Formats: sequence, C-alpha cells, structure tokens
Amino acid sequence: MQHVEMIDLEKSYDNQKNVLNGINLAIEEGEFFVLVGPSGSGKSTLLRMIAGLEDITGGILKINDKVVNHLRPKDRNLSMVFQNYALYPHLTVEQNILFGLHAKKVEKKEQQKRLIETAEMMGLTELLKRKPKQLSGGQRQRVALARSVVSHAPLCLMDEPLSNLDAKLRAHMRIEIRRLQKKLGLTMIYVTHDQVEAMTMGDRIMVLNDGKIQQVGDPITLYNEPANLFVASFIGSPKINLGTAVIRDHHLIIEDSIHIPITTSDIGNIIQKDDLTIGIRAEHIFHGEEDKKTHELEVINVEHLGNETLLTFEIGKELWTAKWLGQWRARVGDKVPVKISVEHMSFFDSKTTELIKPASNTAKEQEVVAI
Amino acid sequence: MSDLLIEAEKDYTGEFLKAKKVQRTKSFLKGVLFLLPSIILFSVFLFYPLFKTIYLSFFLTDSSGATTVFVGMNNFKAIFTSPLFLKSLEVTFLFVLYTVPGTVIVSLFLAVLANEKLRGIGIFRTIFSSTMGISVAAASVFWMFLFHPTIGWLNQILELFGVEAIGWLTDPDWALISVSLSTIWMNVGFTFLILLGGLQSIDSYLYESADIDGASYFYKLRRITIPMLSPTLFFVITVSFINAFQTFGQVDMLTRGGPQNETNVIVYSIYQEAFMNYQHGAASAQAIILFVIILLLTLVQFKLGERKVHYQ
Repeated sequence: MQHVEMIDLEKSYDNQKNVLNGINLAIEEGEFFVLVGPSGSGKSTLLRMIAGLEDITGGILKINDKVVNHLRPKDRNLSMVFQNYALYPHLTVEQNILFGLHAKKVEKKEQQKRLIETAEMMGLTELLKRKPKQLSGGQRQRVALARSVVSHAPLCLMDEPLSNLDAKLRAHMRIEIRRLQKKLGLTMIYVTHDQVEAMTMGDRIMVLNDGKIQQVGDPITLYNEPANLFVASFIGSPKINLGTAVIRDHHLIIEDSIHIPITTSDIGNIIQKDDLTIGIRAEHIFHGEEDKKTHELEVINVEHLGNETLLTFEIGKELWTAKWLGQWRARVGDKVPVKISVEHMSFFDSKTTELIKPASNTAKEQEVVAI
Repeated sequence: MSDLLIEAEKDYTGEFLKAKKVQRTKSFLKGVLFLLPSIILFSVFLFYPLFKTIYLSFFLTDSSGATTVFVGMNNFKAIFTSPLFLKSLEVTFLFVLYTVPGTVIVSLFLAVLANEKLRGIGIFRTIFSSTMGISVAAASVFWMFLFHPTIGWLNQILELFGVEAIGWLTDPDWALISVSLSTIWMNVGFTFLILLGGLQSIDSYLYESADIDGASYFYKLRRITIPMLSPTLFFVITVSFINAFQTFGQVDMLTRGGPQNETNVIVYSIYQEAFMNYQHGAASAQAIILFVIILLLTLVQFKLGERKVHYQ
C-alpha cells in the first residue's frame, strides 16, 4: 500500500520562486525512504511540507490515500524528530516523552504503559527524572526518538537527526534507528545531507538538487547507474572519478591524456563522439600487473586507511583516486602501473549531464550478492 | 641521582609559584585600570551620596542642608510615629500592587499578540513599544487632559454611557488608581519590548514539535511559552518592582501627592520633606528606609523566584 504520495508537489516563497518543483513520488508502507541532497536542495522543506509545517504551494499530498494538503500537522497522524531534537529544556525526560500524549489527553494508565514500554526500548529507564541539559548528545537523541515512538504514529519523519553527534555515535545510531524502524514497522522518511547515511539506511533513496528530483532508486542502483553527473558525484566515497572525453579513431581520449582503444562492443549504443564525460569508481582503477597494465600514472598523494589504500593521480586537470585493497607501499612521485578499462566506465553527456550508458561490467564483477 | 632530580623539581615549583604570583598581581592591576572609569563615576555619583545620606539621617539640618544638631536615631523614631509617613508607606505599597501586576499582565498579553507572524505586525510592535520613547512629563500632560473633569475624554466616554463623571485626580478614592493607570501605560512600552525579545528567543522547533504532537494554543502557551519566558518575566517583574517604588514624576505632575495624601508615595514624601519643609535629615532617613525596603523585597523575590525560573 502506498503510504505517502506526492503528485506534482510545488513550493515557492514570495521572494523565491520554485524552491521545489514537480515532485512526483510514492512511498510504500513500512519503507525506509531517504531524501538526500546538498544543503539548500529543498529536502528539509519537502519534509516540513509532508509534516504540515510548511504550506504546499501546488500539487497534491496524499497520506493513506487521503488528500491532506489542508490538514494541520496534528491531524496527519505522524511523528517527527528534529535536527536539534526540540526537547523542552524545562521538562524532565519523562515529561518530554509524555508531552504529546498529555496534549492529546490520552488516558493516564495508557500514558504510563507506553512510557515504560518506550523507555525500556530506548534504554532511558534510568534517566526519566533528568532534565535534557543533564544528558549527553546520544541520550538526548534517544529521548527525541522515544518521543516519536511513544506517539504510535505509523509515519515517522526525521530531519537530519544524527548531524549533531560525533562519528562513532552516528554509526551506532544509524543501526539503532534502522532496527527500530523495522521492529515497529514504521514508514520512515529520513532527510540527510550525508550520502553514507543515505546509502546505509535507505530502502530507497531520492536524490534532490535545486528543488528537482535527480533520481529515485535503491542504493545499489544509484551507485551503479547514476542518472546524471550530479548523482554520480554525490553518491559514493571516495567521489567518482570524472573526466571529459572524446572518441577519435577507435580511441577514447580522456582529458587529453589517457588514450584507450575501444571497439564497438565496448561502447554499445553511443553515437555521440564529442562532449562526453566519463565516470569511473575508485575501486575500478585496478593495480596493473606486469602484462595487464594499461597505463602508468604518477602518484601525487597516498592515504592509508588500514585495510585499503587510496592513491591519487593527476589526469589532465582532474584528480583521480584509486582504491586498492590491502596496504600498498607507494610513495608520492612513484609511477605505478594501473589497469583502466572501458567496461567500468559510465558515459555522460557533458552538456545535459544525463547518463548515456552505465558501466557495463558492474553487475558481473562488482558482485551484488543476493543471499 | 634520583635525589638530585627531585630536588631540582622542588626548586622549580617554588619559582613557578613566584612567577604565577607576579602574573596574578599584574593582571589584577590591569583589571583595576579597566574598571577605573566606572569606579570613579560610581564613587562620585553613587557611593558618596549614599554615605552622605546615611550621615545626614542622624542630624537635624538648616534650610541649606548643613548639619546642625546630632539626634541619633530620633529621625527614624519620628518617622515611624508620623501618621503622614505611615500613610505614604501604605500608598506606596498599594501603588506597587496596582502597577506591577498590571504592567506585566498587559505587556505579556500585547507581547504574545505581537509575536504572531502576521503581515504588518511591525506597525503594532512599534505602537506597543512607543510609550518607551515618551518622557514622564509629556505622558503626564497627556493623561492630565484625559483625566480632566469636564473636557477629558474619559469622562466624556463615561457620559456617553450615562455614567456619572468621575473626579479622576480629585476624588480620594480614585486618585491613586488614576495615577497607577497612567503609570501602567507609561511602563508598558519597555516591559513589552523586553518580553517580546524573550518570546522571540524561544526556539520555533519547540512549537513545531508541539504542533505535530497536537497541542492546542493555550496548552502551548502554558507548557512552553510561560516556562521558557520565566527568566525574562522574572527580570521584568524585578525591574518594574524597583521602578514602582521609585515613582515620582507622574505623582508630581498629576496630583502633587493629593488629594488628602492619597497619592503621596514615599519618593514624593522625601521630596516634600527635603525641598519644601527643608528637613534634610528626616528626608534622608526616609530615603534610607526606602532603600532598605527595596533591597529586602528584591532579595525575597530572588529567593522565591529563582526556584520557579527555568534557565536554559
């Protein structure tokens, strides 16, 4: 069943036209849906429109197959977690959690039952009498989650809930939120600017830029077949390696410095010869063993991550990164043999930035393993 | 070898302490240098007059204010047996009781209204805070016209409803209320502005979260606005309180303490004692008593209030 549906949703302010434009989207029940984009892309605005905190300028918003454009936030049967948690500083954790139930005049007995249940689930039982300022960042985050859980609303909206936490805690909370969502069967709409969060948490992801949908899909599809240059460079870390390219005399020439011989089978249906941009993921620039190397490149930076090594090369005016498994004792200035092949390259039109042809070999070699 | 090392360390700690002491003295002197302008100003205009007043309160004086006879506590004794002073004490307390809650409630109401995001709300904010820019003298003249027994608007409005005209400033039952009314009007501007500032610093996320939770307007007002505003409210109440005790201008302009001393607040009584009756000693004693009353009540307020105030 479709839980949330948007039809041609639009938002504009008096002084700023078209903050959001032509948003068409359906979110399934029980789905973990992530809205991701750089700051100013309109993702928080879209979330606040769903919540009812912002007016909808145009289009239709449906929740549970009912049009809710005109409904106030409290009538939309949803809960929301804010970036700064929006805890009431003068109330204790218990009062904070019960604030909504109290406002809705839920029965006292039921309130206590839900409080105990939620506090246990979130590990807050010991902290109920404390004020928010006596809690650590992670504990505050859990109170904010508890406030959302206790409402028993089937739809939960989260606006960058992890951005105030340190890296370690963030990784931990990612798993906790995901587990909570699955356990309670919530429909989740989650806003973030962090593509790692989006990739690791989302069942499906929507990439938003300048108020327009760039691509909607599951994380792997976004990674393997980015619809345009924006999605390609936004998703994935390290960033995808991009270079302008032309096809001349059965050769692909990248940034005027790398020449790769190609056959028709390699490029398939590409008829365009000029204004191409190619993208290749860092893990697809392999170390070239003696007989298989295609190029030799000069290393300009090395980053050791422990189990893998990032090497940076200069290709024309672009910096390319290769990710090699294991520990490689390369030094700056070394010439290292690499293997770059066309089958791992995605082709984009430089002018429209749209994808022309995704990397042909990802599915075979990159093993999206189904268990 | 190791003994030597320890000894060397000992020597160092001594020197460290010495160096720290020198640094501390230096920074203290620097601090005093920065404070010097205010120390001088306060000494000349605050501390010296304060001690002079205490000194004067033990003496009888001639008309120029020079001390003549030392009377010890007699000035204070005389004051507390004088029905006139007791009357002005009563009037002052009543005046505070009328004006402080009045001012705070009216300005809180206006501030909550003006905090709404509406088109042209800036105009209302300007109007509501405008009395801050009006001097006591000008405001008093303005209210004098309103209170005028025959051509005053207030009485004309009353007549319109068929109510008998009221001697706003001449009727002993009404005079204090009239002065309080005009005082509330004068103080609302300042109080309004401070409260509006307090309201605007409340995080809008709190209200949005409450909206999603389904809280009603009054529930939000009671559970979020008032508690979050409590530090500001506390400040405003304390300041209005002190101001009310020190009221002089509007009493002087509107009623001159009359009728039948019904509006003779302490500060006005001090003024009369000192500059009409030339009893500087007695006036000083009254001033000291006023100071002690304000000090004590403010302390009590802090003791009681602090428990109910939520600082963020």
